[in-house]
Amino acid sequence: MSEAVIGLTRDEMAMRAALDIPDGAYVNLGIGIPEMVAAHVPAGREVIYHTENGLLGMGPSPTDDGDPELINAGKRRVTAIEGASYFHHADSFVMIRGGHIDLCVLGALQVASNGDLANWSTGGPDAIPAVGGAMDLVAGVPTIYVITQQTTRDGKPKLVEQCTYPLTGRGVVDRIYTELAVIDLSDAGFQLVELTDGIDFGYVQSRMDASLAPIAERQEDSVHAT
Amino acid sequence: MIDKRVPTAQEAVADIFDGATVMVGGFGEAGSPIELIHALIDQGASDLTVVNNNAGSGEVGLAALIKAGRVSKMICSYPRTANSTVFPEMYRAGRIALELVPQGTLAERIRAGGAGIPAFFTATSVGTPLAEGKEHRTFGETEYVLEHGLTADFSLIKCRRADHLGNLVYNKTARNFNPIMATASRTTIVQTDEIVRLGAIDSEAVVTQGIFVDRIVTVENPALESDLVHKGMSYP
Repeated sequence: MSEAVIGLTRDEMAMRAALDIPDGAYVNLGIGIPEMVAAHVPAGREVIYHTENGLLGMGPSPTDDGDPELINAGKRRVTAIEGASYFHHADSFVMIRGGHIDLCVLGALQVASNGDLANWSTGGPDAIPAVGGAMDLVAGVPTIYVITQQTTRDGKPKLVEQCTYPLTGRGVVDRIYTELAVIDLSDAGFQLVELTDGIDFGYVQSRMDASLAPIAERQEDSVHAT
Repeated sequence: MIDKRVPTAQEAVADIFDGATVMVGGFGEAGSPIELIHALIDQGASDLTVVNNNAGSGEVGLAALIKAGRVSKMICSYPRTANSTVFPEMYRAGRIALELVPQGTLAERIRAGGAGIPAFFTATSVGTPLAEGKEHRTFGETEYVLEHGLTADFSLIKCRRADHLGNLVYNKTARNFNPIMATASRTTIVQTDEIVRLGAIDSEAVVTQGIFVDRIVTVENPALESDLVHKGMSYP
């Protein structure tokens, strides 16, 4: 079996993250796997999606051609739910930078054990730098979830002791969903919350460049802490 | 008598001068004033500093202005999108400068510029390369970085509907940067799908107030950037 198929698919990772989106939340979803979260939020929860290009109450992709002037931050055509509202960019980032959006789900190039996130540039000499709204989201939204593969395509760990790529924000990540595990960021660094079925602790640890605290240790800590 | 209507896009952009700073509305193709940009290409002004969220796609609209060598500097948050090839080529060739700004900081810099606020502190970008060399200050327990308000000589704006006083209404997410750019430029040039009689726009629903607008050109059935790109068109 090739390593590429171990653990959850992209869609299953989005599905797992969706379980943690609370009822009533105002949520911003990043481009890529995070966009897929909306399709999996459990029935019975009402979640309002914000897209930073000026729409609160974003609905799913249109079933027809859609409207070229109704798009999301990834510039793909979307729909608006009943009760949606439009606004200009400064108001949109008032929602983000003023702490009014509850939760944001983003992708990552690297996450460090202190919660630092790098997700906008590899810093390569030939790269065209582009940041979009990522730095505003991590600075302003109180809860930041990351969905990412445990390693790059060529096997380099993305969960690391210290980011080597340019940062998006310092100490901003709260929780990471990978194909192998759910991992929280605590004062002690990476803490395992949950293993994907069939995956063991040692395998997750072997796919990281930083130390991972096992589940049991975390429970003891939380008892002492309270 | 106040009547801000101008007969043609050509007349509307006639006085844009070499070296001007021009804010261009739009997020991708949504809200992009493509006919005004094409008129600016025809007009010939060069050495422009352009403020936009992106840097155009294909070889029409903003990408065509850049390809024509008229833009010496882009101020934007995301200069690569689908079909964006012109800016990357010019940037790698050292023929265009880039000031990369986080999207919310860009929006707030424009808002501040329009409101007469010279600078403000924000937590966005602290600890990243985009904050390097900027003044930092701590309020409470949080560190912030100083960012400056942004103004322009001209703005090119697209809206859905206007009256002759310059009251504007937009279409869905085509609103984006347009209303704030209209406040931050000395001369605001608008293309609208249609002009309606005074009073036809509900006063409670006006998005851009006429005081911010200088010139209005009607462009019925404006071109869609993605259509032109799909057809492989280039401008001129």
